[in-house]
Amino acid sequence: MAKILAVDDSASMRQMVSFTLQGAGYDVIEASDGQEALDKAKGGPVDLVLSDVNMPVMDGISLIKNLRQLPDYKYTPILMLTTESASGKKTEGKAAGATGWIVKPFNPDQLLNTIKKVLG
Amino acid sequence: MSIDLSQFHQIFYEESYEGLDSMESCLLDIDCNNVDMESINTIFRAAHSIKGSSGTFGFKEVAAFTHVLETLLDQIRDSSRDIEPEHVDLFLQSVDCLRSMLAQLQADEAVSTDQSGVLIDAFNAILDGDSAAKIESCSASESENSQASTEADDSASDEAGGDSIWQIHFVPEVNMLRTGNEPLRMFRELGALGTLTVTAIVDEIPAFEVIHPEECHTGWDLLLDTKASKSAIEEIFEWVADEAELIITEVAGLFDMTDDSDVASSVADDAPVVPVAVVEGSPKAAPESISSDDAGKSGELAAKKVASKPTQKTPEATSIRVGTDKIDSLVNLVGELVITQSMLGQVGEEFTMEKLAILQEGLAQLEHNTRDLQESVMRIRMLPISFSFSRFPRLVRDLSRQLDKKVELILIGEQTELDKTVMEKIGDPLVHLVRNSLDHGLEVPADRIAAGKPETGTITLNAFHQGGNIIIEITDDGAGLNKERIRKKAIDSGLIGEKELLTDEQVNDLIFRPGFSTADEVTDVSGRGVGMDVVRRNIQELNGSIEVSSEEGKGSVFTIRLPLTLAILDGQLIRLGEQKYIIPLVSIVESLQPNAEDINHVAGGCDVFKLRDDYIPIIKLWEIFGVEPSTKELSESLLVVLEAGADKVALVVDDLLGQQQVVIKSMESNYKKVEGVSGATILGDGTVSLILDISDMVHMAGAYHQNGKVVSIGGRHRAA
Amino acid sequence: MALAEQSSLESVDEAIGGSTFAEDENLEQYLTFIMNDEEYGVDILSVQEIRGWEPVTPVPNSPAHVKGVVNLRGIIVPIVDLRAKFNLENVEYGPLTVVIVLRVQFDGNDRVMGVVVDAVSDVYGLSLEDMQTAPDLGDHVDTNYIRGLAAVDEKMIVVLDIDALLESDMRNPADLNVVH
Repeated sequence: MAKILAVDDSASMRQMVSFTLQGAGYDVIEASDGQEALDKAKGGPVDLVLSDVNMPVMDGISLIKNLRQLPDYKYTPILMLTTESASGKKTEGKAAGATGWIVKPFNPDQLLNTIKKVLG
Repeated sequence: MSIDLSQFHQIFYEESYEGLDSMESCLLDIDCNNVDMESINTIFRAAHSIKGSSGTFGFKEVAAFTHVLETLLDQIRDSSRDIEPEHVDLFLQSVDCLRSMLAQLQADEAVSTDQSGVLIDAFNAILDGDSAAKIESCSASESENSQASTEADDSASDEAGGDSIWQIHFVPEVNMLRTGNEPLRMFRELGALGTLTVTAIVDEIPAFEVIHPEECHTGWDLLLDTKASKSAIEEIFEWVADEAELIITEVAGLFDMTDDSDVASSVADDAPVVPVAVVEGSPKAAPESISSDDAGKSGELAAKKVASKPTQKTPEATSIRVGTDKIDSLVNLVGELVITQSMLGQVGEEFTMEKLAILQEGLAQLEHNTRDLQESVMRIRMLPISFSFSRFPRLVRDLSRQLDKKVELILIGEQTELDKTVMEKIGDPLVHLVRNSLDHGLEVPADRIAAGKPETGTITLNAFHQGGNIIIEITDDGAGLNKERIRKKAIDSGLIGEKELLTDEQVNDLIFRPGFSTADEVTDVSGRGVGMDVVRRNIQELNGSIEVSSEEGKGSVFTIRLPLTLAILDGQLIRLGEQKYIIPLVSIVESLQPNAEDINHVAGGCDVFKLRDDYIPIIKLWEIFGVEPSTKELSESLLVVLEAGADKVALVVDDLLGQQQVVIKSMESNYKKVEGVSGATILGDGTVSLILDISDMVHMAGAYHQNGKVVSIGGRHRAA
Repeated sequence: MALAEQSSLESVDEAIGGSTFAEDENLEQYLTFIMNDEEYGVDILSVQEIRGWEPVTPVPNSPAHVKGVVNLRGIIVPIVDLRAKFNLENVEYGPLTVVIVLRVQFDGNDRVMGVVVDAVSDVYGLSLEDMQTAPDLGDHVDTNYIRGLAAVDEKMIVVLDIDALLESDMRNPADLNVVH
């Protein structure tokens, strides 16, 4: 069963994402900022990282950069959650090593579609 | 798969309110000349987070509004625009507006966009105002389908160049088919670009009898997974774009990893984009997984919430956040209780008189445990008063501007804890008192300078514990109470006689009398039809008291004394015939055995008692309660002198029994409000004793003697 | 095709909806008690417990049928004398006198009240069909309080609607003003 690390500082978004993913049979680990996500990622490999961009302590872009430094996470798909207005973030995310992006707001179906596509 | 998103709403509200609180406190701290970027970031993140979640949960109005906030904040954050006081004001108003929008959502009401619409216009005026600040950041007027944002998307996706998922909302006009356009053909073309999912929107299809075969009443929501650019998609709709509602948005995408121009993607180049083998297990039972997840990962959050009395009227249960240390201490105490219980159980199993000492020791231990447990449970309902104080920086800021006064607000003892219910009920009286101090207490800067005081006035809110009470002091360094004016006003309104001699304290106390207002003119700030009498009544309803001391020219201090909790009361047990009642100790002034010569019968049926220089109306409890007393001879009874509002009354009882702390139980939860009774308690022997409501009694006594003759006891008006 | 399927479904429905099911569902259990030699029934689902009579704390200025309040495991519960409520003559409380503690619906909330009756009688299963609407029983019982009359073993049982019966004892005077 694929394990997904879901990172968002908003508890409601986190809950919604993990509920959706768990309902589809994924294992979900939650983190509320980049630093916590990085610590949890180091604790054991995950199959996909889904991360918000704007977060306290460590933002999503730094998280992606840091993850890509880790041998375990060189090739792990990382999807970032961006808002439609933050188009510049997409370029930044790509440079940092993100695999793709999902635009907020999204609905559970869109989320699952994208994740299924990435995980094959 | 359809998921009921409403289950996340409650947590969305909570986090949004928290976000707004932190936005507000950061905004109040902002010094426009010396901006702390970390606060700007915090404010931005809060707005951003609310926008993202509200959009996801379908709260369009909130999402659209936070979007403009975020746009301006983004410009401030990346220093393309300086923050100005005008912005801070606008943001603060937005915080208020968002709070009320959230409250409407929470109450399942329609969300009013009247206020947010005005604010959005104001934000757009700023954003459009100077073109210099526009830079690349996309237009703020974009709400749902503006072109500005699609352009931005366009450029971004062209840069990215990888797979994207496009959401296409396509609702053609009714006569599309007549113009020779065939949706099926278009969808086939779209399908050639990638993977297409089509969902028809059939809500608008009319009844079969009236349908016309050449009319198109169907719309479509399409999801297209493609490498093609947006323009390639638009081309397919080229012929119908003018005659249809067409919104093409990019909802997700993957970056093109064949581009090796940067480090990250060259790393990814070594492997295909999809390197992970996925074994899809059977989906877990969803509700189960969320609950276990709740307990686990969000454990901290779940543990912090302890539901307090669930009210059935409101849809959401009120909750209280409790520090884990309090829960832990409770767990420890319960552990001790269990040990004591098992020890007592052992003693009881084979009890002999030799074990009496152990039994007594065990019972003492049990009493100790119970008391600790009671205190700990009470502490769970306690919250720091900062919850109530936190609104004042904003209030004082807004009010001082309105009144053209300069004020510094000092908050002391914000961590002082008090019962949640008391906190909720003390909020309004506190606001009133602070408003009052600002409006009537503090002088305008010119007057202050003339009086040799610093231009900026000070209002201090100080909370601390004293005995079993919490004291809240509201101090201002303003003009103080004008005793002459109060006297005159009181004489004019008939509260006191012209010749009446009053101590300074008594004069000050007049401001709490019904029908008294010191302001010569009712101002917008304090004169909202609520007087100090209401403040005092609200505080008395909490079994508390308020008094004021003042020095002319130096300022005033309002002192509020409140019980720590509403659940426990210090009571005096009294006897009347065979009945026992509880009188709240806080309202007892003194108790005494009257001399016959001090009792006078006044025409109209009411007796008065001469206590030193005062004549105090006598209330016979047996009359108003219809209970047979041991004696009706006043000189053989006891008088309990009580403070009811600003007045004193003497209650006739048979006997005074002990004083004790009693746990207050509601009469209304199973029965109804009983006049003269504020609640009940259970005495040591298990019987029920009623707790007397003193202000009710005064009213009842007044009514009892009102057999055609008007007897006003204590001149108190009640809105019964 | 559709027609054939539908008709077969209907016949299945009929088979299920036949005699056995319907009766069990409509059968409700009633606790009955005696007052003045008459037998009254209350829905057993609303009965919380049955207790002996114990002294109460009188509530000032309450109607005569409200005897007072008692402590029931830490909550304050009012006790209503049903004889007094029905304008029957008072009797001395004896060893058989019992208090039936009822869970009453009021304004969408559960409330707990005790009613004093002469003695508890029996439990019967009654169906709605067994019940007839109440004729006017004279002035001592308001027919609004009565759900219906049921005959069991040649006895007549007056089935009470306790929510309606006790409603007036729970409403605050202020609320009454609003109603009028």
